[in-house]
Amino acid sequence: MRHILVLLAAAGTALQAQTPVVPASTTARPTAPPGTGAVALPNADPFPSTYRAPTARAVLITNATILTAAGPRIDRGYVLMRDGKIVSVGSGPAPAAGDADVVDANGRYVTPGLIDTHSHLGVYAAPGGDALSDGNEATAPSTARVWAEHSVWPQDPQFPRVLAGGVTTLQILPGSANLIGGRSVILKVVPSVSVQGMKFPGAKYGLKMACGENPKRVYASRGPSTRMGNVAGYRAAWITAESYRRRWDKWLADKQGDSPQRDLEQETLAEVLRGNILVHNHCYRADEMLQMIDIAREFGYHIRSFHHGVEAYKLADAMARDSISGSLWSDWGGFKMEAYDGIRANLSLVHNAGARAIVHSDDPSGSQRLNQDAAKARAAGVAVGIDVPDETLIKWITANPAWAIGLQDRIGTLEPGKNADVVLWSGNPFSVYTRADRVWIDGAPRMDRADPRQAWRTDFELGLVPAASTTTGGRR
Amino acid sequence: MRATCLAAVSLLMIATSATAVAQETVAITGGTIYPVSGPRIENGTIVITNGVITAMGSNVPIPAGARRVDAAGKWITPGLVAPITSLGVVEVGAVRDTRDGNARGNESIAASFRVWDAFNPAATTIPVARQDGGITTVGVMPSGGMVAGLGAVFDLGIGKTADGMLSKAPVAMVATLDAAAAAGVGSRAEALAKLKTLLRDSREFNLGRARYDAGAMRELSARRADLDAMQLVLKGTIPLVINVDRASEILNAIALGKEFGIRIVINGGAEAWSVAPQLAAAKVPVLTGAMNNIPGSFAALGQRQENLALLRASGVQVAIVGDGAGGEDNYNVRNLRYEAGNAVAYGMSWDDALRAITMAPAEILGISNRVGSLAVGKAGNVVIWSGDPFEYATQPERVFVAGSDARVVTRQELLTQRYRQLPAKY
Repeated sequence: MRHILVLLAAAGTALQAQTPVVPASTTARPTAPPGTGAVALPNADPFPSTYRAPTARAVLITNATILTAAGPRIDRGYVLMRDGKIVSVGSGPAPAAGDADVVDANGRYVTPGLIDTHSHLGVYAAPGGDALSDGNEATAPSTARVWAEHSVWPQDPQFPRVLAGGVTTLQILPGSANLIGGRSVILKVVPSVSVQGMKFPGAKYGLKMACGENPKRVYASRGPSTRMGNVAGYRAAWITAESYRRRWDKWLADKQGDSPQRDLEQETLAEVLRGNILVHNHCYRADEMLQMIDIAREFGYHIRSFHHGVEAYKLADAMARDSISGSLWSDWGGFKMEAYDGIRANLSLVHNAGARAIVHSDDPSGSQRLNQDAAKARAAGVAVGIDVPDETLIKWITANPAWAIGLQDRIGTLEPGKNADVVLWSGNPFSVYTRADRVWIDGAPRMDRADPRQAWRTDFELGLVPAASTTTGGRR
Repeated sequence: MRATCLAAVSLLMIATSATAVAQETVAITGGTIYPVSGPRIENGTIVITNGVITAMGSNVPIPAGARRVDAAGKWITPGLVAPITSLGVVEVGAVRDTRDGNARGNESIAASFRVWDAFNPAATTIPVARQDGGITTVGVMPSGGMVAGLGAVFDLGIGKTADGMLSKAPVAMVATLDAAAAAGVGSRAEALAKLKTLLRDSREFNLGRARYDAGAMRELSARRADLDAMQLVLKGTIPLVINVDRASEILNAIALGKEFGIRIVINGGAEAWSVAPQLAAAKVPVLTGAMNNIPGSFAALGQRQENLALLRASGVQVAIVGDGAGGEDNYNVRNLRYEAGNAVAYGMSWDDALRAITMAPAEILGISNRVGSLAVGKAGNVVIWSGDPFEYATQPERVFVAGSDARVVTRQELLTQRYRQLPAKY
């Protein structure tokens, strides 16, 4: 007991010691009038998205096999997109759309754009090395103050590769060295000179938290060095954050006196407590996930998704009960002790228990093949009597991850009014032989395998061999 | 000279696989057989007697007393061969106590390191590779340092001892020309020079063993045991597998092979496609993956997914390396077949892709007389698949190793059973 108190005190001190000071802009004599961040008020969106969908001609895809992620499979169907939105989806004769470019799918499959809830593209960019290692601010156990977007390199050559895999939306997360790693950012997979030009307009931020071996290994010498130290660290952070939230909410309500001092660490955590930032929790073991659920209950926040969760199948009932999704791999496991109980039926068992199953990657290669990973996970379920039809399986890589990042009303299904993020596949997306042929984001064409001249090459790749590797070969 | 031969022979510990050879006759009937070394056989029969294929064809009499296995509607292939793995020598990558694939060596040279001496036949990764992946033969290779050491081949039957599963050792010497990976080397040129010096010193050592033992020879660049082990490479008994990605370094590796008259195999080879004609002319095989297209280092800026198809089209011998090659992901050695499927998606023929996970790695590792294809006289390593082995919906239904139906209940299966219905019953 004494040890716990000592650790709590130490964690509290550490948190206070790292409290950031006044933003530099307040002391730098700005030549322009200060923005809201420079004065006292918390600024909800200081790095606003500058993404605008390019104007594009309407597109009518006909004669397609459509997995909408919102209903049964449609054979010989059509998808009409215009002004960045899905206008109509159906079977039978396509509606007249004289302004539209017609794409004859010739029986090929059409799905929503894929969504990866766990990516480090841009923050761990290729070609790698220390210079591009920007994903873990491993200098303190809690760094809620850092934002992944400030590490994203838009010229990471991995972006066009995941686009060629049919991925249209990414959640970029900080790494898992820290108990609380910082804010995530939701990106569209589009070329841009800035990260702001990739940011999904209006998307909520996420908060990365991590359990288990990583934080206790990274901070072994200064603490936390144990799992109980980890838990003390989370709780201490939320205690401080709750106090901060109350102080600010009171001041915002009554505006009495000077505003409280801003604190980037606490601002992010307070926004979680207000429900405005979604928690994404890296956690492998069932016992730890169940403890994280208790911590969330203790402080009044909700865990939106457990990430990696190789033991999610052991608490899938609790995840279903508490509406916690599982961002999982099909078969990565056994590479460390806390992953030792990985099983290939994990996703199928989580799905079967009624929780949202999500195929995530945490890997630039896997992110290009989320559809293949889903197919692999399904096969493991079939082996234990859980079959999932294509029309449901597609949700694991579209509708369910859309929910996990809070964008279920904007993306993730092919329904009228949704953003026109659409993939045309060379065949059934759950076959090993299938590749994405064409990708649209907000109705604008972003990838066409048949037209290598249009392939997106990042600045980094200009002048390097080979030309876009996504375009040649193939069996058709 | 006699000492030389003895020394080399002591390292060249060839064992024929003693893995639970089935002392019975098995007849697998009715399936479509993909022998790799010959055309597809519809409704074929394979007869395995005492662990060896004794008959195969579409019209083969079934010996009296044979145990019949009905494979109607199934696909039948040779057991798959994963050439570069850490199976049995690294189990849980991040648990130090389970890592035995990497020797400390001396000055980053560990040529005499026999990684197979650490092989654990009880490793939980082994049945997973076999039963989920249809893999019956693996190359177990050391990693780390500039010269990592000697690798061996194991068959994945149900063995109680490492010797019982060992198929052939050594089969390769593993080295790297990647400057960053090779401890104690500051430049690729320095790595190449160091490797050449080792080869020259090893040759000089061999020509003057008496002088060496008398202390009359100048100081050489490696320990005695390492100089001795290098004779296997210098004689051409085993190839030197060189981990290298950049095209210019691959050309250096080819030149090294010519200069010393030794057999070179390229492992990794991100940019190999761009020097495919040179590789073909030098008859240097390439071991590489089929899902790599990320310029993950400056040595791999030319990495592309069509690497295998382009190499094959140029006549280069290629074999597929999947997960688990670097001492991580040891449970995913099973995924080799999906690599083959992706190779097909990016331009390789289906037959070539199957060859690249069976016969080609067997040839490169020098074990093709025994495994890698289905033919009379070869080991009864046979997989019955529910469908196309490259497809995700397909599972290996039966895996025979030396004619024995090699199936155990894995702990992954037990976990799945325990939690199939929640709450779990303990």
